[in-house]
Amino acid sequence: MADLLEVSDLHTQFFTRDGVVRAVDGVTFQVAAGETLGIVGESGCGKSVTALSLMRLIPQPPGKIVKGSIMFDGQDILKMDDDDVRGIRGNNIAMIFQDPMTSLNPVLTISRQISEALELHLKMDKSESRKRTIELLELVNIPSAKKRVDDYPHQFSGGMRQRVMIAMALSCNPKLILADEPTTALDVTIQAQILDLLKNLAREFRTAFILITHDLGVVAGMTQRINVMYAGRIVEKADTGELFANPKHPYTWGLLRSIPRLDESRKAKLVPIEGLPPDLIAPPPGCKFEPRCQYRRDVCREKEPELVHIPNAKSDHESRCWGTQAGGWLVDTDWRREIGDTRLIEAIKQETASVTATETPGE
Amino acid sequence: MATASTTQDRAAELNVLARKQRSLWQDAAYRLFRNKAAVAGLIVIFSAFLIAILSGFIAPYSPTLIPTSPASQMEPLWTGSKYTDPRYLLGTDFLGRDILSRLIYASRVSMVVGFIPTSIVFALGVSVGLTAGYFGGWLDQLLMRFTDIVYAFPDFLFLLIIVASFRNSPFGKIMDGLLLIFVAIAIVGWVGVARLTRGQVLSLKEREFVEAARSVGATPRRLMTKHLLPNALAPLIVTAAFSVPGAILGEATLSFLGVGIIPPTPSWGGMINEGFPLFAANPWAVLLPAMCISVVMLAFTFVGDGLRDALDPRMKT
Repeated sequence: MADLLEVSDLHTQFFTRDGVVRAVDGVTFQVAAGETLGIVGESGCGKSVTALSLMRLIPQPPGKIVKGSIMFDGQDILKMDDDDVRGIRGNNIAMIFQDPMTSLNPVLTISRQISEALELHLKMDKSESRKRTIELLELVNIPSAKKRVDDYPHQFSGGMRQRVMIAMALSCNPKLILADEPTTALDVTIQAQILDLLKNLAREFRTAFILITHDLGVVAGMTQRINVMYAGRIVEKADTGELFANPKHPYTWGLLRSIPRLDESRKAKLVPIEGLPPDLIAPPPGCKFEPRCQYRRDVCREKEPELVHIPNAKSDHESRCWGTQAGGWLVDTDWRREIGDTRLIEAIKQETASVTATETPGE
Repeated sequence: MATASTTQDRAAELNVLARKQRSLWQDAAYRLFRNKAAVAGLIVIFSAFLIAILSGFIAPYSPTLIPTSPASQMEPLWTGSKYTDPRYLLGTDFLGRDILSRLIYASRVSMVVGFIPTSIVFALGVSVGLTAGYFGGWLDQLLMRFTDIVYAFPDFLFLLIIVASFRNSPFGKIMDGLLLIFVAIAIVGWVGVARLTRGQVLSLKEREFVEAARSVGATPRRLMTKHLLPNALAPLIVTAAFSVPGAILGEATLSFLGVGIIPPTPSWGGMINEGFPLFAANPWAVLLPAMCISVVMLAFTFVGDGLRDALDPRMKT
């Protein structure tokens, strides 16, 4: 299948008084039509900037996409003029933002906000767009949609607002939806509902999703492939099943280790990754994760590893680590023992297996 | 699934159908009309408007009619002095013109001068402020430095200079000098609005809903008019409500100084000017127009206060 989106060697930088922040530093990935890709990483790793770059929404100045290409449906978004990009935004690529409490305009009614894209791109008139708006609200399971279209955002709860945001994103039947931490601002029960909704919509409309999150638990149930990002780079990419079965980067191990577990004794402490992501103005010269990596060796400090295929793994599994490359000192390390208990990982794996079995595009 | 949908319907019945729809503006109007001072102000303004529009029917005489029989300097009837005339309820001025009729006709000038320059001020100030705030960069620098220059002039002195220097030009004579006053007040007034709008836009454009609107493909113009402006409107409306009495006072002051409305067209400020030399003989010729100015200005101030409280309920004084 031809790729819907092909990002290659994307560099997005912010030119600040203190220096150049390399927020996205040479990111390459593809998304096929109807596929769901997860982008995972801590705060400040360039996930959101990647998403904003895809729609050319980086505030400029100080931000700038300095290098790379974003091929969407055969066209390079970075070479388009502003009008063409606006024609794509909301129409072919839509975005769901993190905080539904602030992403809706407080002085416009729900119907006005959802019909914005319909009127802009599909040139619908008022009554058509209103009809469609009600359909969309019903689609995202907002009860008595007909009565609620004329409500203002403050009359909706957080979960409902996120549903409205999803309805907005779906309004023009986009080919790709970028969901930037769509459930982070919601409580856990609502999170589950929203994820469920996204999953069903992705299946129903064959829309490709890019799901950005810091929560490996979220991507496990949702995605077919995962990119793990760190300090503006992709450090590991693999099929979701493969990533959870056979993670090959110490950073991924760290993320897995820091997932809270319900099945462990109360006394067991959560193990965080020590330290913070590096300053992206002056990142470490070698491997970006080296200062925080408990497996580091001298080579890690001197030279940055490339993103390469992993021995004894599926063909499309790549990782950026000297230790797990062919001949590395971590090749035979049992990651399960490294991160402790394995029961949760098994549970995630099972869920993933069921997802990938039912959600393969083409049905 | 059947039960699920019925529960949903039931919940909808309970929660949604019973509740009345109220927009932000309806809420604000509700709060405004609960404020007694503001309602009183609105009534005064509304009456002043009616009087201005209907002055031709209400006024007993023409405001410029100079009677042939010498009847100058009549005092109002209630003073009971021998210088009264039952035909002139509020007396006459130094040329014998009926003060009541002149007061009524003068309300036209004040109402027009209150609203038209304010509209110009807002059209100008909001567009400059929106453009500067939204686009930023060199355009912002250019527009705001120009605004700063205008802002640096003392308001009233600037107004006086403009009016005094163009008063005798053909332009200054259009509509008895009203047009010149409009333009002068607008030139002086728009800078404050431009600064306020820009400040609002600068903080609003960083909000997420603007980014969300941009991600839907909204054009800059749409973003400015549909997303930024409506959110910045509340403080702007309050400023407008306060700038109307400012304009009325500006015109009155100019006319009092003799550089405003060209006589014989009546204006309250001009009437004070005309009555002033004979203040000792007939103080009412000065006091009555002064009271008209005060009442109208007070009414606008009450409404402005009411609007401020209604539009921003969090900001309690």
